[in-house]
Amino acid sequence: MQAILDAIGSGFLSVMGFIGLNADLMDRYGLRFLDGVWVTLKLVVLSVFLGALLALPLAVARVEGGKFLARASFVYSYFFRGTPLLAQTFLIYYGAGQFREQLTDIGLWWFFRDAFNCALFTFTLNTAAYQSEILRGGIQSLPAGQMEAAQSLGLSRVLAYRKVVLPQAFAVGLRPLGNELVLMIKSSAIASVITVYDLMGVTRLAFSRSYDMEVYLWAAALYLIMVEIVRRVWDVLERRLNRHMLVSR
Amino acid sequence: MWSVPLIMLDLLSLLSFGPDGWGDEIARGALLTIELALATLPVGITIGLLIALAKDSHSPVLRGLGNLYTTVFRGLPELLTLFIVYYGGQMLLTRIANYLVPDANIEVNQFVAGVVALGLVLGAFSSEVLLAAIRAVPRGQKEAASALGLSGWSTFRLVTFPQLWRVALPGLSNNWMVLLKDTSLVSVIAISDLMRQTAIAVGVTKQPFFFYLVACLIYLVFSGVSSAIFTKLENRAARGFKRVGGH
Repeated sequence: MQAILDAIGSGFLSVMGFIGLNADLMDRYGLRFLDGVWVTLKLVVLSVFLGALLALPLAVARVEGGKFLARASFVYSYFFRGTPLLAQTFLIYYGAGQFREQLTDIGLWWFFRDAFNCALFTFTLNTAAYQSEILRGGIQSLPAGQMEAAQSLGLSRVLAYRKVVLPQAFAVGLRPLGNELVLMIKSSAIASVITVYDLMGVTRLAFSRSYDMEVYLWAAALYLIMVEIVRRVWDVLERRLNRHMLVSR
Repeated sequence: MWSVPLIMLDLLSLLSFGPDGWGDEIARGALLTIELALATLPVGITIGLLIALAKDSHSPVLRGLGNLYTTVFRGLPELLTLFIVYYGGQMLLTRIANYLVPDANIEVNQFVAGVVALGLVLGAFSSEVLLAAIRAVPRGQKEAASALGLSGWSTFRLVTFPQLWRVALPGLSNNWMVLLKDTSLVSVIAISDLMRQTAIAVGVTKQPFFFYLVACLIYLVFSGVSSAIFTKLENRAARGFKRVGGH
């Protein structure tokens, strides 16, 4: 197994050397970069997934909640959409350090001690705000008749949401949700500023040691590949999930 | 019980202007943030317009280049673009200078690097908005203008642009909001913007939660003011246009 991997590795390196890249440098940092990609993917996938879980109640609160809930949800999303992610990340990462004693008392310090967790927590709160806004738009784009028809069929409000409103709201929000995923891949580079070794963090480390601009080009290529994959997958997903709405062009 | 208001008072006094407080330092940072965003705006919109025209042109080469530009600068993390421009620009300029003067060492001004990097990103995003706006103006408008004997420039200024502007404004307002938030990234290459001044205050006072919260609130004020201005502009641009069900 190891022999096969080694062969693939050296084959890859010689191809890279052949097309004019620095194969020695890649030999030294290549695997680190793959680790970085893995950390970036973990960060993005987890935060977008957890953010989606949080976005659903936030969006429903905006539409259905009384004065207080709707307003609270609005303030939440206004704050997280109106301030830079970098500021939010600092607020939580350094802010957690300031409240170390209190966090230890309630047994949460182990979580906030780790920069990765802080980044994950911040990104989750941030993307939840954007996703809730997308979902709210989807829900409010539906004609009132949808809810009325569901209720006249005897569906409870909760069931009407689950079976009638939300599936259509997701269909409307599918494309913007894909854009949000792309934005999160890009924004996740901010984690490198608080010492997380994601793709950007590894790149900065490699550059600070080698002073070779080439490492930034590798990072650029890797980010573009990730973003392009998401875009292509989303195109397929949209065609498939919204095929009942396809209009011939 | 008394400690909470006292702590609040202590914290607020940290924001006073003068040698003891950080109010003036943070205000200076906030000003620089606005300067940076305002300096980037014309650069980014100009790039965006050129890219939009390239994507709208008949030449497949220009269209391809336009699309490539958008794909790259919309797909790269803003932070990465900033580093590439800052360090890459420094190395490139030093290499060029070394041909002329051996051992020359060029330092790229951080503010300029920030404007260039943010401008490249804004160009990619605004080109999409501008392209959609250009295409929203029917060809008949141009034909009618030339039938009236208007020159190319007059057609653009009097006929195409006012209509294009109305369609593009909401999208450009979005671009501006994103730009305003992206300026915070330049603090990483040591520009003393709002974010960096806040970090310096945090370093001395050890009050990160309070100061970063203040910084967040300042960004919120900026976006609130911007959105009020854009609403005014949008209403003004749409004054000759009746909406469906409008008043």
